[in-house]
Amino acid sequence: MSTFLGMPAPPPRSPYGTGNLRGDRAFPRAAHDGLGNGQLRRNLGRATGTIRAKRLDVTGELPDWEALREAGSAIKTDAMNRLPELLEQLEREVTERGGTVHWARDADEANEIVARLVRATGSDEVIKVKSMATQETGLNEHLESVGITPYETDLAELIVQLAHDRPSHILVPAIHRNRDEIRQIFLDRIPGVDPGLDNVPAHLAAAARRYLREKFLTAKVAVSGANFGVAETGTLAVVESEGNGRMCLTLPETLITVMGIEKVIPRYQDLEVFLQLLPRSSTGERMNPYTSLWTGVTPGDGPRDFHLVLLDNGRTAALADAIGRAALNCIRCSACLNVCPVYERTGGHAYGSTYPGPIGAVLTPQLAGMHAAKDDPNNSLPYASSLCGACFDACPVKIDIPSLLVELRHQHTERTGVTPERLAMRAAAAVMRRPALYTAAQKASGLGRVIAGRDGTISRLPPPLSGWSDSRDTAAPPRETFRSWFASEEGTAALRAAAAEHDAATRGGHGTTAPGGDHDEEDAT
Amino acid sequence: MTQARDTVLGRIRDALALAPTPAAVVPRDYRTGRTLPDAERLALFTDRLLDYRARVHPCTADRTAEGVGDLLREYGVRRIGVPAGLDARWLARYDGEVRQDDAAVPPSRLDELDAVVTASAAACAETGTIFLDGSPGQGRRALSLVPDLHLCVVDLSTVEVGVPEAVARLVPERPTTLISGPSATSDIELERVEGVHGPRTLVVVIRTDA
Repeated sequence: MSTFLGMPAPPPRSPYGTGNLRGDRAFPRAAHDGLGNGQLRRNLGRATGTIRAKRLDVTGELPDWEALREAGSAIKTDAMNRLPELLEQLEREVTERGGTVHWARDADEANEIVARLVRATGSDEVIKVKSMATQETGLNEHLESVGITPYETDLAELIVQLAHDRPSHILVPAIHRNRDEIRQIFLDRIPGVDPGLDNVPAHLAAAARRYLREKFLTAKVAVSGANFGVAETGTLAVVESEGNGRMCLTLPETLITVMGIEKVIPRYQDLEVFLQLLPRSSTGERMNPYTSLWTGVTPGDGPRDFHLVLLDNGRTAALADAIGRAALNCIRCSACLNVCPVYERTGGHAYGSTYPGPIGAVLTPQLAGMHAAKDDPNNSLPYASSLCGACFDACPVKIDIPSLLVELRHQHTERTGVTPERLAMRAAAAVMRRPALYTAAQKASGLGRVIAGRDGTISRLPPPLSGWSDSRDTAAPPRETFRSWFASEEGTAALRAAAAEHDAATRGGHGTTAPGGDHDEEDAT
Repeated sequence: MTQARDTVLGRIRDALALAPTPAAVVPRDYRTGRTLPDAERLALFTDRLLDYRARVHPCTADRTAEGVGDLLREYGVRRIGVPAGLDARWLARYDGEVRQDDAAVPPSRLDELDAVVTASAAACAETGTIFLDGSPGQGRRALSLVPDLHLCVVDLSTVEVGVPEAVARLVPERPTTLISGPSATSDIELERVEGVHGPRTLVVVIRTDA
């Protein structure tokens, strides 16, 4: 017996104006900040260079790396295909083992669920494990607005939080800061920090350790994300390095985990694949220092109360796109950021989203849409790439990011019909069809030399050409057009000289050309 | 709450109906079921642990107490925590204070310990990873986390070659911690620093005939 349920409706994107999936400026404009910041570019260049080399070393030492990528990709695709049954299974297993499962349609709903659960414990503060999902929903801002203080415990997230800054990298969110800046942030913002603190990374880490230790030992509630949720057993996994994750996951009485619905994997055994792919791709280590696996509640070990919040927030909208849904396979390793020439120069803030870099450029428009408003900044993201393909090669689950970017560009032009590029090309075609107009236009373009700077480039063209120059520099036009040079005395003389030279060469050339040489055409005549 | 659940599940079903894709078959052509002779597993595991800047002390099972006692003395450890079920003979040569952990001890008291001594459930040689699963001799997760030095006893017979072989030894229902070296961060200019929040020193006693 079956019931007719009507036509399937396209699921909604993450609601406009909530969370952190949209910047306030288009990528090209926001990228100017990063491009103009020499310090940032030096930090990024050094960091991504180091991590690229490490990643190649440790992936190269596994002879079955490609087989692992194939398996990882297929496991994620299989999980997406069977998402309803896997999520229901996960919910059942977590519930049977003493956990409570909540469902959130969007960022606001997830934030409200977390705030309600925290309030129910009577606590007005939470310690947090670094989590992309709660960064995406803007949980910290929401908790603060209802009088709950969140403490980030990952060193980089702590730096970002103390500086009232935004993360700029999936894995190392404070990669845009150097040791001197971090020292100053600690001196300014950590109560009671040693005023003699220097800029040695080990000493800075020790200062963070002292600051957070008391929080770890006294906090009643923790909030985390999850790298994987195993449907078969109800097991959650958090992968980390510092031990702050282990602290948050085991010491407080209540643990609240916010997990995107795409993080579910079918089998416990599947961990054998991702525990090889993830650390090697992200930090270039054979294994990250700490991984925590927990299943519901264990009496006498860890939190007494465990809540799992399953978050949609546009993921189902991405799932409804046959091409775009591949972006949901992402395991947030950040390998694509570290190999991307665009990310390396602009930094993560330019993307405006919790998810920067190549994967962010496809995932963000998938989750939040790119036509939610006139001049939606997200519609610039598919163009934030040179399509060089390095991200595809680096991706441990084989997401074809360049093709997804091209598809999103296609969707954008289909939707808007008019882009600065298309306008410019249309105008150029009209001009080129009429020789007189073409000559006039070329003369006018000589004016370009006036607006170009000393370096011979034009960074800002007047409207309507400003749409073109917003996202690229234009070389100054040459002093003279070819057509005007051709018509000049100098041009005519050069042409005559060339013709004479050609005649001499063809007359005297026959005898010296070897048979079977490259003068076949002449021999034939 | 059920409304959100039904909505999200309904959206997923709609999405899959709008964009159906063929069923995926998972190829598992990667390496599994590997074995290596004891000496090679020991060498590989040791190499990887040292790469993480862990301290490695191989010994025979009947020399466990000497190894544990000497190492704790060397680090100046005066007060240790131990989980229920830890083999008491391992501590025969240690003369400092021994506190037996139990679930009622608040985490703040764990901060008073100089070190913790535990057994382990399994390990992975290729990645230098030790698995703790809370069974007797390993204790609750907080115990091996809060003290600054973790001395872990690993039997070579439980050291598997790679990740798939080691994961196969795990029991999913048990809270499990994978440890690869001491706590570390690379958050400041990507420079690796050992020891942020977890134990800053990891000492591994490998019993080569156990």
